[in-house]
Amino acid sequence: MTDFNESANIEKKISGQADINSVPFTEVEQPGPASLAQQAKGFWVTFSTMFKKNQTVQYPDVKAPTAPRFHGRHQLNRHPDGLEKCIGCELCAWACPADAIFVEGGNNTPENQLSPGERHGAVYQINYLRCIFCGLCVEACPTRALTMTNEYELADDKREKLIFEKEDLLAPLRQGMLAPPHPMYPGMTDTNYYNGDVKEAHPSQSESGQGVN
Amino acid sequence: MTTTQDSAVAVEMITVVIDGFEVSVPKGTLIIRAAEKLGIQIPRFCDHPLLDPVGACRQCLVDVEINGRAFPKPQASCTIPVEPNMIVKTQLTSPVADKAQKGVMELLLGNHPLDCPVCDKGGECPLQNQAMSNGRADARLDGYKRTFEKPINISSSVLLDRERCVLCARCTRFSAQIASDPFITLNERGALQQVGIYENDPFKSYFSGNTVQICPVGALTGASYRFRARPFDLVSTPSACEHCASGCDMRTDVRRGKTLRRLAGDDPSVNEEWNCDKGRWAFKYVTALDRLTHPLVRNSSGELVQASWPEALAAAAAGLKGKRAAVLTGGRVTTEDAYGYSKFARIALATNDIDYRARVTSDEERDFLAAYVAGSSTTYRDIDTADHVALIAFEPEEESPIVFLRLNKNFKKRGLKVSAVATKGSIAMDKLKADFIKVAPGAEASAVAGLALTAKSVILVGERASESAGLFSAVAALAAKTGAKIAYIPRRAGERGALEAGALGTVLPGGRPVVDAAARVDIAAAWGVDSLPATPGRTSSQIIDALASGDLDAVVVGGVDAHDLPHSHAVLDALKKSFVVSLEIAPSSVTAVADVVLPVAAITEKSGSFLNWEGRARAFDSAVADSHNRSDVRILSMLADALGNPISLGTVTSSAREFNQLGSWDGARVQFAPVAAGTAKSVSGNDALLSSWRRLLDMGTLQKGEDNLAGTRRPTVAVISTKRAESIGVTTGQQVRVSNAHGSITIPVLVEDIHEDAVWIPRNSFASQALVALDAVHGDVVTVVKA
Ligand code: SF4
Ligand code: SF4
Ligand code: SF4
Ligand code: SF4
Ligand code: FES
Repeated sequence: MTDFNESANIEKKISGQADINSVPFTEVEQPGPASLAQQAKGFWVTFSTMFKKNQTVQYPDVKAPTAPRFHGRHQLNRHPDGLEKCIGCELCAWACPADAIFVEGGNNTPENQLSPGERHGAVYQINYLRCIFCGLCVEACPTRALTMTNEYELADDKREKLIFEKEDLLAPLRQGMLAPPHPMYPGMTDTNYYNGDVKEAHPSQSESGQGVN
Repeated sequence: MTTTQDSAVAVEMITVVIDGFEVSVPKGTLIIRAAEKLGIQIPRFCDHPLLDPVGACRQCLVDVEINGRAFPKPQASCTIPVEPNMIVKTQLTSPVADKAQKGVMELLLGNHPLDCPVCDKGGECPLQNQAMSNGRADARLDGYKRTFEKPINISSSVLLDRERCVLCARCTRFSAQIASDPFITLNERGALQQVGIYENDPFKSYFSGNTVQICPVGALTGASYRFRARPFDLVSTPSACEHCASGCDMRTDVRRGKTLRRLAGDDPSVNEEWNCDKGRWAFKYVTALDRLTHPLVRNSSGELVQASWPEALAAAAAGLKGKRAAVLTGGRVTTEDAYGYSKFARIALATNDIDYRARVTSDEERDFLAAYVAGSSTTYRDIDTADHVALIAFEPEEESPIVFLRLNKNFKKRGLKVSAVATKGSIAMDKLKADFIKVAPGAEASAVAGLALTAKSVILVGERASESAGLFSAVAALAAKTGAKIAYIPRRAGERGALEAGALGTVLPGGRPVVDAAARVDIAAAWGVDSLPATPGRTSSQIIDALASGDLDAVVVGGVDAHDLPHSHAVLDALKKSFVVSLEIAPSSVTAVADVVLPVAAITEKSGSFLNWEGRARAFDSAVADSHNRSDVRILSMLADALGNPISLGTVTSSAREFNQLGSWDGARVQFAPVAAGTAKSVSGNDALLSSWRRLLDMGTLQKGEDNLAGTRRPTVAVISTKRAESIGVTTGQQVRVSNAHGSITIPVLVEDIHEDAVWIPRNSFASQALVALDAVHGDVVTVVKA
């Protein structure tokens, strides 16, 4: 650690090396005032802009669409029957150059089946104060669980609020989906899920056995 | 592996050429290890330096040429010892070897599920790594892989995923060769070959965790670590095991302040690369116990209430000041903490009344410890060179598992002769083919005298010898007569360190006798005090008696559970009458009667060291960096300050430094006064003499919170002889009641090889807590009837 005396010493050393009076001074030739024609050319740019289309967007009243592949907030996707795709493998966390992702795996049990197969993501957090939206995590994900949406409104007044939990990141339940935990589709293995053989939830997967209501 | 430690034996060296480099290695060295010496890494799965070679995986193929004649095909370098004029070409210089290795890897991956994302081994997997370094970039096989049902429990703590197995036979070889628990084998042939368990013999091995550690893929995984973390999440700290006196080197892996797993460290002179399941998996107690977070002080209405540290220290000092006080430390304290207790007793309390033995003890044991154990140095190496090892009041597998592994290694490698003086046969004795000298409980001493030992023999005597009068004396006499070395093996990790630190009434640090004026001056000078108390201190049972009778007023208790002491009710009554300062990690039986309770750090939260049974220091650093808890010695130092008699041991480091500077005593040791050999009580009818010991996995406090481990406990049984079984009319599996005036225990019976006058029950197992339920110790009379 540098204490105050030491830093003073350092300053002395530096200023000793670069004495302001010993810096060589070279006079630079200044251009004289520009001609009227040259000035008119410059102002023409300003003037012509008045007749161009206005680029200002009245955000937040008006929201312009992003480019289709814009890197926005992440989303944790679901299989067509509602089971989570994330298996808690931590490969996204491993790939992340900003160390923005925290994952803890969990064991699927018959009572608590959140994803197909043995393993699910028990804790999943992305810290948007760290994320640089590079998308390397999406590339790393072996199950296509993690993708990015176009959502860019990621500002808040507390640091904690910018650490998104699994519930914040999970995709909404769509038509034909059942909220996990629930058993896997009857007769299907995790391989079938990955091959896309499961198209929607089966009635027997719901608690009532009645299917999606 | 060939050892070069015995310089007397000239080792024949052989020079071979590997990839164009010459290397000289001892005769018998395998090619794969000669290559390692040059820094050439040959890929491998089944090869393990501590297991016999099998050549099961074929990953280590290299080109070999001897005397100019080349083998027609690449050979497994892990099975071929070097020979003169041998030229080896590994994958680095031989395209043939490289292609062969890539081919083997392709075949291994052909049926491998590639479920790395859900596999616990992912990120630290030799198969992943070597597939990258020595495999093809793409797969040519398509079609279906063979599948098995995903993980099956081969025990409650170990899971087997047969799809991932590369059939290296490391796990089965470990179980058969190292642990002698051959409960797993390779079944079937071809693509369906798989590791299997026997229908009737579950994989109940005390060493099963080692198979998880050495499995080169994620086929064997630990149930407790399942899906908990990836290697890059973990902060690893080299540590030492706190569970027994074997002294295993360990590694503790912590994620975000929470211990997730522990692995065996590599210390060739102690645990080699192994440890036992207790050391590996029993670490959750730190978080599972209802930890004390604040000091507690008993208020005027008799309730324990939270207090600040200054308040609590003031209350403790007020209660101890000017009182006749003693110190009881458990056998689990670190050497540094024990030294703190030792110095605290002598300086802050001006007494020698300190005893670390929270168990059944005797004065004979205390004197034996002071005379023969303090400063002694029998080691694992002595077991390696012994011609005969005698086990006295010591069950190696249950009480010091790594000592068992070392005995077993010597038995397997060179037929080491083992004799055991005991009441009951045991699994370990069977494995070691030990000469079983059967004695009635209490009559051990006379049997010891007859052992035919030599000067190259080793006597391993356990702490239970204190339960049989004259046994330590008989051991001392036998050693004196034959020249055999004595090794005293306590069960708890901190006992040897506490002895050396002087946490015993008759010795000061370094084995200096209290009665020796020169020794006292030595220590007094080092501690900067005028004099030290000269009267030898009381033992733990005498301290309890003195508290009960009013001869002592107060006691400082460090991590002792009253239920470990004989007559626990009397102990608690005595403590209730006195002023008790308790240093604990979690509420215990003592907390209920304590006046001031001071929370201390658990093992993962502090640094320190233990001395294992050899007296070898096993140092460790705190694995959890941000704990607020402090080691005992720091708190004792604050308490001594509050008492006005500082001991100046503010940190663990200062305690260690001061203790090491004292060194050991080169003067005369405590004189040992032999005790006459005891005899067994005579019994008749349904009466029997009690014999018991603690099992490795039992109801111990430090095993709390780990249910998977609890599932591999050995069953709770009462062991009786065939004759007794006939006379009370029971057969194995039926219930018996073991009882005396204090209480009874009803558990299933096992008819086994045991002395006819005896009954054996586990001391602290589920449904059989002998000390608490029967208040009876070794050799006491109990009644055994059919329940
Ligand atoms: S987008 Fe990049 S920075 Fe953000 S979480 Fe993914 S890998 Fe990390
Ligand atoms: S999001 Fe994908 S990469 Fe991340 S833990 Fe889940 S499955 Fe693995
Ligand atoms: S389970 Fe592991 S250690 Fe055992 S044979 Fe299979 S790969 Fe080898
Ligand atoms: S043998 Fe003893 S020291 Fe080694 S891991 Fe087991 S309990 Fe710990
Ligand atoms: S390492 Fe040589 S055959 Fe397995």
